[in-house]
Amino acid sequence: MAEILTKTRARNIFYGGSIFFVVVFIALTAQSHRHIVKTSTAGMPLTEQVALGKHVWEKNSCINCHTLHGEGAYFAPEIGNVMTRWGVADDPETAYEILDGWMQAQPSGIEGRRQMPHFEITEEEMRALSEFLRWADQTDTQGWPPNDAG
Amino acid sequence: MKYQSQSVAKAYFYCAMALFGIQVLGGLLAGWIYVSPNTLSEIVPFNVIRMIHTNALIVWLLLGFFGAAYFLVPEESERELYSVKLAYLQLIILMVGTLGAVGSYLVGIHGGREFLEQPLWVKFGILVAAVIFLFNISMTVLAGRKTAITNVLLMGLWLLCLLWVFAFINPDNLSLDKMYWWMVIHLWVEATWELVMAAILGYLMLKLTGVDREVVEKWLYVIVATALFSGILGTGHHFYWIGTPGYWQWIGSIFSTFEVIPFFLMMSFAFVMVWKGRKNHPNKAALLWSLGSSTVAFFGAGVWGFLHTLHGVNFYSHGTQITAAHGHLAFYGAYVALNLAIFTYAMPMLRGRDPYNQVLNMASFWLMTGGMTFMTFVLTFAGTIQTHMQRVLGENYMDVQDSLSLFYLMRFGAGAAVVVGALLFIYSLVVVRKREVIQPGPAQPGPAQSVAGE
Ligand code: HEM
Ligand SMILES: [Fe+2]
Repeated sequence: MAEILTKTRARNIFYGGSIFFVVVFIALTAQSHRHIVKTSTAGMPLTEQVALGKHVWEKNSCINCHTLHGEGAYFAPEIGNVMTRWGVADDPETAYEILDGWMQAQPSGIEGRRQMPHFEITEEEMRALSEFLRWADQTDTQGWPPNDAG
Repeated sequence: MKYQSQSVAKAYFYCAMALFGIQVLGGLLAGWIYVSPNTLSEIVPFNVIRMIHTNALIVWLLLGFFGAAYFLVPEESERELYSVKLAYLQLIILMVGTLGAVGSYLVGIHGGREFLEQPLWVKFGILVAAVIFLFNISMTVLAGRKTAITNVLLMGLWLLCLLWVFAFINPDNLSLDKMYWWMVIHLWVEATWELVMAAILGYLMLKLTGVDREVVEKWLYVIVATALFSGILGTGHHFYWIGTPGYWQWIGSIFSTFEVIPFFLMMSFAFVMVWKGRKNHPNKAALLWSLGSSTVAFFGAGVWGFLHTLHGVNFYSHGTQITAAHGHLAFYGAYVALNLAIFTYAMPMLRGRDPYNQVLNMASFWLMTGGMTFMTFVLTFAGTIQTHMQRVLGENYMDVQDSLSLFYLMRFGAGAAVVVGALLFIYSLVVVRKREVIQPGPAQPGPAQSVAGE
């Protein structure tokens, strides 16, 4: 490396530049936070029920088989658009019924097919889970996923 | 070993290797479930096994970093550690927390954010351990000689511990949750851990090649500057489709492309140092791991990361087996192999003997690296087919998966090679055999005159 770039200079560029990028990043994060709350997830209110549903999703560690908005494990289907896939994104009651039916039918026990466990979920929690998934589905994800297959 | 207190590193490295064993065995089991999906499905489902696989990985890598810091900081600072007792206390907290987490996953108690599933008491334990560590190591460094290596190492460790705060921030709004989740995940592996990696690599190069400290340290600052300049805004490559604003598609694509640079520099650095240094260090296995780590990190993180980082590509590949391929090779090259490099370098000294079992150790390098490379290829092929069938043609997820079974079978074979390699590695460091499998040849004096081509 050329002599103009001494060790001290390299160090100072490192510190100064890093601080600059941290500041820019924090500003953009704050703006993104506002965008999420005010715009991209504003299509449906974030009720107590939705929050409970998120808790049910977490308690059962669904993320370690499924993806949600493309993040998670890659062992089972995408869930961020499942309500659209089922055609019930705007129909809370049917959404709940289909979800409940699906969950009760697990594990399928079919030989050679990936198995989803049976979860102990109360009716209240199941309704909340269903609302959480409808809530997630209405998020403005910039057009992702490319199609209903997720 | 110059300083008595360095020996705490030995306990860290043993614990790390034990968790490494658990991690790869968990991974192998998960790989088997892809092949034979009914395995254990009603006793220990896939999600629990995966949590054990990923959590064990993260904790053992951190234990390795902490151990490495306790090993190299006394030498760099030219003094004993501030407190050996605190270092052991920290290790006990971390091990109790980790084994507690594994136990509670097995009985179904866990959080639900990927990689951060630890029950709250474990998260607090980690926080306490991190505070103990930062205090202990900072007190040591402050009282002693300051070098660029300890500077960068400490900065990386401080920042990664601070980022742990985001493990406690879990908003009800899923999109906010995701955005803050990446402040731990991405800013660990693509910013702060890179600082730790560069510092440890710099230390290894200093010791193994005998190159001048000035040269190593200047490289070090350039590497970490490029890492943070690209990696911080590079977080944007996770903000394309989770509800964050559209401008991240440009910021993320551009800055994460630059993330290739620090990995390229680390690889170049390692090879240039070996070329310039010409020191005939007896620990060949440590040198192999150091060069191997920086090279595989360049391919796993740099090349495979770039492969799907542009938003136009990521729109189709997001959350497919391509992501899995990249995650595996990046973690292996950058952080697993680097840890194994410092273990290989330090263990003989910590046990007060010359390097031992080098042939077995080097064989384990090729087994593991060969296995991981093969796994990455088959997952990339599987992911390419998946992307086309599912994301372009719109075919149903489960049907597409069914057509990938041959790849999953090959992935299992690759994983088996990695497990054999990992066990061989652990054996080669833990058990001191009397003789090398292959006796080394006589030492040759360096060439007296320059040879053609130099
Ligand atoms: C050693 C460094 C790195 C490690 C350990 C690493 C690891 C990972 C892991 C584990 C994931 C999956 C996260 C999840 O569960 O959702 C991931 C995702 C990703 N990584 Fe890396 N990575 C590294 C460096 C890089 C670099 C340098 C780039 C870009 C040049 C990159 C680009 C990406 C992208 C675009 C994704 C998202 C994939 C998707 O959309 O599904 N990574 N990385
Ligand atoms: Fe990233």
